[in-house]
Amino acid sequence: MTREMMKGNEAVAEAAIRAGVTAYFGYPITPQTELLEYMAKRMPELGRAFVQAESELAAINMVYGAACTGQRIMSSSSSPGVSLMMEGVSYIAGTELPAVLIDVMRGGPGLGNIAPAQGDYNQIVHGGGHGEYHAIVLAPASIQESVDLTVMAFDLAEKYRSVVVVLTDGSIGQMMEPCELPPFKALKTEFPDWATTGADGRSKRILTSINLDPAAQEVTNFRLMRRWQEIQANEVRYKTYFMEDAKFAVTGFGSCGRLALSAVRAARAEGIPVGLIRPITISPFPTDLFEELSHKLEALLVVEMNNGQMLEDVLLATHDQIPVDFYGRMGGMVPFPDEVLDEIRRVAKGNLDTAGHPRDRWLQRMRAKNL
Amino acid sequence: MAEYDVASETLVYERPDTLTEVSTHYCPGCTHGVAHRLIAEVLEEMGLKDKTIGVASVGCSVFSYNYFDFDFVQSPHGRAPAMATGIKRVLPDRTVFTYQGDGDMASIGMGEIVHAAARGENITVFFINNTNYGMTGGQMAPTTLPGQKTTSSPNGRDVESQGYPIRVAEMLSKLDGASYVVRRALNDPKNIRQAKKAIRTAFEVQQRGLGFSMIELLSICPTNWGMTPVAALQWLEEKMITYYPLGDYKVNPAVAEIKL
Repeated sequence: MTREMMKGNEAVAEAAIRAGVTAYFGYPITPQTELLEYMAKRMPELGRAFVQAESELAAINMVYGAACTGQRIMSSSSSPGVSLMMEGVSYIAGTELPAVLIDVMRGGPGLGNIAPAQGDYNQIVHGGGHGEYHAIVLAPASIQESVDLTVMAFDLAEKYRSVVVVLTDGSIGQMMEPCELPPFKALKTEFPDWATTGADGRSKRILTSINLDPAAQEVTNFRLMRRWQEIQANEVRYKTYFMEDAKFAVTGFGSCGRLALSAVRAARAEGIPVGLIRPITISPFPTDLFEELSHKLEALLVVEMNNGQMLEDVLLATHDQIPVDFYGRMGGMVPFPDEVLDEIRRVAKGNLDTAGHPRDRWLQRMRAKNL
Repeated sequence: MAEYDVASETLVYERPDTLTEVSTHYCPGCTHGVAHRLIAEVLEEMGLKDKTIGVASVGCSVFSYNYFDFDFVQSPHGRAPAMATGIKRVLPDRTVFTYQGDGDMASIGMGEIVHAAARGENITVFFINNTNYGMTGGQMAPTTLPGQKTTSSPNGRDVESQGYPIRVAEMLSKLDGASYVVRRALNDPKNIRQAKKAIRTAFEVQQRGLGFSMIELLSICPTNWGMTPVAALQWLEEKMITYYPLGDYKVNPAVAEIKL
C-alpha cells in the first residue's frame, strides 16, 4: 500500500469512512474542526449521513438515535465540547449501544485554549457522565496509530456494545505525517437483533436507559460491570520500548508518550538503562503490566500533559512497591524532550525523596522554574 | 341472567393493533391517552406499524413506548428531535416521530426542536401542551399562562419576574424548514376529530418527504391543575385556547395539495 501525507484529524476521518461509518454528527471546535470539515465533504459524496448539529449536545444525541439502528456511528469534538456530550455518553452507555467518539484534547479547564493537552484523562477514563459505566479509551501517538485505532474503535464498539473514545490531542490532530490507510469496508447491510429499525415481521423493540425498578437497574449495571471485566481481560494494549534491560522506566500516553520516547533515546545514549511504557488502551488500563514491573524496576517516572491524572492509575497498580515520580505540564504547555531527559537523569541518580504524594513533590520542584 | 347473543353484534370500535393491550399509568382524565390513540389509529390506517420508530421523551410520556406496539427509543430530556434526526438520517424510509411535553420541548429542548425544524428534518413532532411539568408534580412550564398557579409559581405566574409563555407553533411556523405546523385541542369530539386529521396530514407530509411537521395538542392535567376532568376541559377551552389559538400556522404549498 502507498503511504499518504495526511493531517491527523483528516486521517481519522478517512479511517472512519473506510471502517464503514454510516453517519457522522458533529459541531465545529478547534483543534478538531478539520475532522468535521472532511466529513462534510466526503460523507455526502459517498451517500452517507452527515449533519452539522446545533451543539455538541444535539450531536451526541443524534449519535444516540442513529446508534439505535445498529449501524456504525461517530462524532468528534474537543475538550469543552466533549464536556457537553457527557450526558449523551452516559445514556448511550446505559442503553448499551456501540458508538465512537474522537476527543481532540485542548488546554483547559473552562474555555482554556486550543493548544494540545491531556487534561480530559479523568473525564474520559474515569467516567464523565453520570452512573456506573466504562468507556474503552484508545490513545494514539502518531497519525498512523490514529488511523489504526479509529478502525479498531468501531470493531470494539460493536463487539462490546460500548462507547469507544479515541483520545488524541491538538498536536496529533493538527500535525501531518505519512500514513497507510486501511482498505474500504462495505457498509453494514444487516441489523443486529437489538436494533430499532421498524418492527417488520417481528415483535417490537424498545431501546431505553430508564429502569424505575432499582432491582432491575442493578441487573443492568451488573451486566455492564461484568462486560467491563471481560474487556479488561481481553483488550489491554500497550507498547514498550527499551524495556528488556531497563532499570528505570518512563510512562506516558499519546503524544506525551511519544515525546518521552525522544527523551528515553537521549538518556540511553548517555548510558542510562531506561525504557518506555506507552499504554495504547488507557481504559482498560494496563494495570497488570505496571504491577509486574513494580517488582522489577528501580523507579518509574510518569509524564503527562496534565496534573498527573494517569499517575493515579499507575500508583494504584504499583502499590508503593517502587518509587514513582511525576512530571507534567498543563494548560496547553507541551514539555520539551529535554525537560523529560532532566527528569530521567534525576530519577536514575537514585536516592529519590519519596515522602508524600508524587504530585506534591512535582509541584514543589516546579517552583524552581518559577511555576 | 339473560342470554347474550354475541354473534349478532357488530364490532364498531376496537383497540388499534398499534396499541398494546395494557392499562396506562396516566392519571384519570388525562388526555395523553387520547393523543396516543389518535397517533396509533393513524399509523394503523396508513399501514405504517412495521416501519415506524417512535422517540419518547422525558415527562409523563416517558413510558409511552409501553403503550405503542411498534419500535421505540427513549430520549434524554429535550433531545428527542436530535435522536429522531439520527434515526431518520440512517433510515430515511422509516416513519420517525417524537412525542414531547411542554417542559421537555419548549424549555430544556428548545434548541433541538428549533434546529430540527430549521433543517426541515423529515420527522413528525407531537407536542403535548398542558401548561405545566406534569411528571414532577406540576411546576411552571414555559407554556404556563400569566397568573396561573403552579407549585413553582405559587402566587400565579408573574410575567415581570418569570417571563411570558411561549407560543411554540407560532414560533416554529416562522422557520423556512417547517412544512406543516398546526395547533389543535383535545377537549371535545370536534376538536379531537380535527386533531386526528392533522396527525394524518403530518404523517402524509413525512411520507412524501416534505420536511418537518409538528402538531401542538392542547391537553389537560386535572391532577396537577387541581380540577375535575370536566372542569379542566372547560379551563382548556376558556383559558388555553384564548392564549393559544387553534389553527394552521404553517402549511407549505406542497402540503396544501394533500387531499385526505
